[in-house]
Amino acid sequence: MTLSRRTFLKTAAVSTAVVTTAAACGDRAAALREFMHTRLRAMTPDEVKAFCARIEKECAEKYGKPVRVGAEGPIPGVIFGYGLDLSRCNGNRKCVEACVEENNQSRPSPDGPHHNPIQWITVLEMDEEAGIDLERSTAYYTPDKVPAPGKAYIPIQCQQCDNPPCVKVCPVKATWMEPDGIVVIDYDQCIGCRCCMSACPYGARHFNWSEPHLPASEVNTEMHVLGNRPRMRGVVEKCTFCIQRTRNGLYPACHDACPTGARVFGNLLDPESEIRRLLATKKVFVLKSELGTHPKFFYFYSV
Amino acid sequence: MSALTDHPFPQFVRGSIRLWTHGSRTYFVWLAALVTLIAVGIYGYSIQFREGLVSTGLRDPVSWGFYIGNFTFLVGVAAAAVILVIPAYVYHWKPIKELAVLGEVLAISAISMCMLFVTVDVGRPDRLLHIMPFIGDLNVPSSLLAWDVVVLNIYLVLNLGVATYALVSYFRGREAKSKLFVWFVLASIPMAVCIHTVTAFVYNGLPNRPFWNASLLAPRFLVSAFCSGPAIMLILLQILRRKARLDLKPEAIWKIAELMAYAMFVNLFFTAAEVFKETYSGTHHLKHMEYLFFGLEGKTALVPWAWTSLIAGIAAFLLFLFPASRKNPVTLNLGCVLILISVFIEKGVALVVPGFTPSVLGEIYEYSPSKVELMVSAGIFGVGALVFTLLSRAAIAVLNGDLRVKPATPAAA
Repeated sequence: MTLSRRTFLKTAAVSTAVVTTAAACGDRAAALREFMHTRLRAMTPDEVKAFCARIEKECAEKYGKPVRVGAEGPIPGVIFGYGLDLSRCNGNRKCVEACVEENNQSRPSPDGPHHNPIQWITVLEMDEEAGIDLERSTAYYTPDKVPAPGKAYIPIQCQQCDNPPCVKVCPVKATWMEPDGIVVIDYDQCIGCRCCMSACPYGARHFNWSEPHLPASEVNTEMHVLGNRPRMRGVVEKCTFCIQRTRNGLYPACHDACPTGARVFGNLLDPESEIRRLLATKKVFVLKSELGTHPKFFYFYSV
Repeated sequence: MSALTDHPFPQFVRGSIRLWTHGSRTYFVWLAALVTLIAVGIYGYSIQFREGLVSTGLRDPVSWGFYIGNFTFLVGVAAAAVILVIPAYVYHWKPIKELAVLGEVLAISAISMCMLFVTVDVGRPDRLLHIMPFIGDLNVPSSLLAWDVVVLNIYLVLNLGVATYALVSYFRGREAKSKLFVWFVLASIPMAVCIHTVTAFVYNGLPNRPFWNASLLAPRFLVSAFCSGPAIMLILLQILRRKARLDLKPEAIWKIAELMAYAMFVNLFFTAAEVFKETYSGTHHLKHMEYLFFGLEGKTALVPWAWTSLIAGIAAFLLFLFPASRKNPVTLNLGCVLILISVFIEKGVALVVPGFTPSVLGEIYEYSPSKVELMVSAGIFGVGALVFTLLSRAAIAVLNGDLRVKPATPAAA
C-alpha cells in the first residue's frame, strides 16, 4: 500500500497537532500541579527535597542570608511528651520570647501595615486561690515583677492531642499528627478557613491575619518544612514542639529558655526518659480532659 | 445552521437577554443601584485583598464573624426554597406549582451568595480549588466543612437543572413532567435538609464550644430557615406581582403564611428550651448566652441585637398566629420583615460570635464587623439580588406566557 501525498500530509498535520497539544498540556499540567500544590504528605522524598530547596532559595532572596530548610522525619520509637511544673512557673514569659525567636513568628509592628504579632505560647495569670480557672484569667498582665503577689500562672501552647479535634475538622487534609505525635500543618495546603481554630479547645492555633512581619535580622535560619519556615499571609500556624530541634536531638526552645526549670520534655516511649520519670513519680493532669482530646502535655505541682 | 439557532434553548437564552436589556425606568434604576452596591463590595474587597483579613474585625479569639454568619443565614434561605416545592410536587397543589420555579431561582441566588461569603472569608482564596470536589483533596468523611462543600455544590446543580428544565419546558409550551425531572425535584427536598443540617454540624460538632454543642442546633437551623426563607419568598412574590405582572393567587400566600406560623412557633419553643436548659443548669456554659443577652465585663456589643431578634421573633409569631392578621397584607408583610430581621440576627452574628465569646481561654474579645466587612457583604448581597433579578425576570416572562418559543420559520426575520 502506498502512502498518498494527501494522506501523508494529513497524518503529518495531525501528529504535529497531537504532539504540540500534548506538549502544551504537559506544560499546563506542570503549572497546574504547582498551582494546586501536591500535599507534602503525598510527595515522594525527592519531591520534598526539591520543595525544601525551593523554599531555601526564596528565603535566601527575601532575607539576604542562607537558610536551611530540613525535612527530618520522625524518629522510630519516639513519641514526644511535655510536662510543666505549675509550682515553679512564675509567669516570666521567657518561654514565649524564646518561642517567637526560634520559630520565626510574626513580630509586632504597631506602626507598620502588618501589625499581626503571633505567639504560640499564651501565659495566663490567675488568682492563686482560684485554682486553674480560665474564665477568670488574663493573658494581658503587666507586672513590674513576677510573680505578682497572690497570682499563679499557667503557660498554654499546643497540647499535641493524641485525638486532635483540629485535624478532624480540616477540610483539605492540611494538618495531621506525625508518628512522633506532633501535630503539624502543611502551610501550602492550608486554605485559611479557620475551622481548626474553632475546634481547638486550647487556643493554640493562630492565624496570619496579614503578611507576617519578620525582619531579616531576626530570622532563625535553621528551619523545618513542617515547623518554623516562614509562613505566608492567610494560613494557620501553631507550636510543633520545635520540630526542627527535637527531631535533631535538642530540647524545644521554651524548655531551654525557662529560668525556673518548670519544663520537662522527652520520649514517652522511653522508660528512662525525663518525661516518663515525671509521669511515674508525680500526679499529673491535662487541660480539659472531659473533651477526650488526650493531650501529650501534662501539668503538675511539684510542691 | 438555522436548525441550531432555532433550537428552543438558544431561543430561550436570546429571549432572556432581550428581557434583561429592555425594561422600565424603575428596572434600570434598580439595576444601577445593584451595580453600585457591587462596586462598593469590590472596593471593600480590594482593601481586604491588599491588607489581608486584618482589615476585618476578626482576630484569633473570634475567628469567624459577619461573613460566616451571613453564609449560615443564606444556607437557610436556600434550603427553604423547598417549602414551595413540597406542596407543589408532593401534594400537587396547583396554586404553588409554577411559583416553585421562583423558589429554585431564590435558592440559586442564595447559594451563589453563600459561595461568595466563604470565598471572602478564607485566608487563601487562591487555593480554593483545594476544597473543590474531584479537583482538590477533600478530607471526607471526617471534615464537616468538606461535606458542606459537597452538598452545597450538589444542591446548586440540582436547582440549576430543575429550574432550567422547567423554564425551557414552559417556554416550549409544555408541562415539565418528565420522570427524571420529578426525581430531581424530589431529590432537592432531602438535599435542602442536608445543606442546612451539615452547615449546623460544622458548628455543632465542636465540644469545646458549648454554645454550639447542643443537639438542638441542627433542628433549630432548619426551623428558623422555614421562617426566614418563606418570608423572603412572600415579600419577593408580592413585589414581582406588582412590578412584573406575576400571577399570584392569595391562596398561595395564605398557605405559605400558615406553614410559617407553625415554623415560628417551633422556632420560639426550641429557643426557649435552650434558654431554659442553660439558665437552670447554670454551668459555666451559660457565659456565652449571658454575653449575648446581657454582655460580659462591660462588653455589650451584641446585647441590642440579641433583644431585637428575640422581640421581633415573638412579634412576628403573634402576627402570623391569627388568620386575620396573616391574611391582611399590611400585617402579613410587617410579620415577614420582623421574622427576617429576627432570623438574620439569630443565624448571623448572634450565632457565630457568642460561640467564641468568651474564648476557649476565657478571653472576652469584643468583635464587631469592620467597614470592610460591611462593604464586602453589601456587595455580595448586591450580587445575589442581581442574580435573582435577572433569573426571575426571565422566569416570570415564561410563566405568564410573554416569553414563548417561536415556531421554526424557513425565512429568517
